[in-house]
Amino acid sequence: MTLETVTLHEVANARSGDKGNRLNIALVCRDPAYYPAVAEQITAERVAEAFAARRPSRVVRYDLPKLSAFNFVLDDVLEGGVNSSLGLDGHGKSLSFLLLEIPLRIAKQGGGKS
Amino acid sequence: MVATVFIGAAAGFAGDRTDAAGPVADALASCPGPRFLMFETLAERTLALSQLDRQRDPDRGFSPALDRFVGPVLARCLRDKIRIVGNFGAANPAAAAARIQGMAREQGLPEPRIAMVEGDDLTGVLLPDELAARETGGSILRGATKVVAANLYLGAEPIARALDQGADIVVTGRVADSALALGPLIHAFRWKYDDWDRLAAGTLAGHLLECGSQITGGYFADPPFKNVSGMADLGYPIAEIDADGGMVITKPAGTGGRVDRFTVIEQLLYEIHDPSAYLAPDVVLDVTDVMVEQLVPDRVRVTGARGKPAPETLKATVCVDGGVLGEAEISYAGPNAAARARLAAEIIGARMRKRAPGLVFRIDAIGVVSVLGENGGTLSRQWNSDLPDVRLRFAAQSATVADVELLLDEVEALYCAGPAGGSGVRRRVTPRLASASCLIERNFAAPRVTMLGGRP
Repeated sequence: MTLETVTLHEVANARSGDKGNRLNIALVCRDPAYYPAVAEQITAERVAEAFAARRPSRVVRYDLPKLSAFNFVLDDVLEGGVNSSLGLDGHGKSLSFLLLEIPLRIAKQGGGKS
Repeated sequence: MVATVFIGAAAGFAGDRTDAAGPVADALASCPGPRFLMFETLAERTLALSQLDRQRDPDRGFSPALDRFVGPVLARCLRDKIRIVGNFGAANPAAAAARIQGMAREQGLPEPRIAMVEGDDLTGVLLPDELAARETGGSILRGATKVVAANLYLGAEPIARALDQGADIVVTGRVADSALALGPLIHAFRWKYDDWDRLAAGTLAGHLLECGSQITGGYFADPPFKNVSGMADLGYPIAEIDADGGMVITKPAGTGGRVDRFTVIEQLLYEIHDPSAYLAPDVVLDVTDVMVEQLVPDRVRVTGARGKPAPETLKATVCVDGGVLGEAEISYAGPNAAARARLAAEIIGARMRKRAPGLVFRIDAIGVVSVLGENGGTLSRQWNSDLPDVRLRFAAQSATVADVELLLDEVEALYCAGPAGGSGVRRRVTPRLASASCLIERNFAAPRVTMLGGRP
């Protein structure tokens, strides 16, 4: 089996939500076939590394195999949250796309358009 | 015996499209069963801002968009027995109810029965230090002597009670967003308050609906990976819920957007933390085994919500004064723009070290490194030197306007005393609210339902 490297963006959908200084990102595989590769490679540790600049105090991954989805919860990454951040995106709404930048090794195949 | 209840959602936040309700009301009008139209218009901060409005004018303090949200569909809803449930009462449900009464009069409609749900406001119930003692996950309230707003998230019971009493329209302040759907379901199906799986299913329906178009193709498009057609005319969602809590999510025929597994799953997990324990006032929702299944285009079946007993405490959001945010921006364009922008940032750094060394500020280069930048000083990262158009943004927060204006004045001074070609300065000072979450014992919750006007 030949492997290729793609970004999560090519094989999965993501949406961010915030509560105070806590961010959650839902990651949904566009094809259940990608679920095992994501489960193996996109660990809480890997996500913590991608968000290192925001110094998460804790990252938890919840698995939802029936939905081919994962829910990542990152604590203390929003500069105090929407009411105290100096940044433009205090909600962290754009951070789903920071997650989607992470590379993923998958078996070589066609695209993942939905 | 009611077989199916139909709930449409016409608004998912305070600033949502105000013409979304029309097609949803049209579709609900021909639905064979009890029908409801919900409006969710209260973000965490919105209520505190409404509280400030009310302090300035006792007749205000409800959603400023109330007329635009409800006005266009009021006649249709009353005529076709579509009952409206909305949290647009914000800090003043009584004033919102009076305003809807006024709208009905202006439109020559029969006087509607309007119920107000109150009892979410804790400001007269707990003192600031009592709230501080109940703060969870932070210490924003420590030492605070004055709160701007403190509101419990009420559950579905007072909404169901209002509908039991015959309300055409239910106006609430702070309730759990999902309660706007669960209340009508408890009313229509006579669900019991310890029937955890059904309460969980109703909470899930509310959660799926509460952000309006976020389940029908809004906040989803990412072409060409995720295509959504007709986004200028997105159809807002309708949930068809059966007595056992199974549901179909759909949208009005002929509207834009899409309803499929992917739009539903993204919304299902939106703002959820532990999927096995989503805390709501009436139940703890477990979505771990929820199944999402496409039936036909734009119809998705959702089943399998499970419930656990309601949490012992209720959540409250408490807002205190958070000082002010100051922001100023300036553009550099054309040849060597990036070098001139970088020089401008250095100048501001040097000036601020001299003039206000204690003031923390942030610099963004919009279009280069801003929303995904980690903090001030990010200009060293991903800085591409041949960019033809750079807009710098500076931001600081302080308890006083004078502090942040030091920064804004320095940015404005770049017009003359900065690099060549600096242009388009905009500056803004915005008051801020700091918000904290508290866990409150249930005995402080005494929701009241008051009926206004209407036919006997």
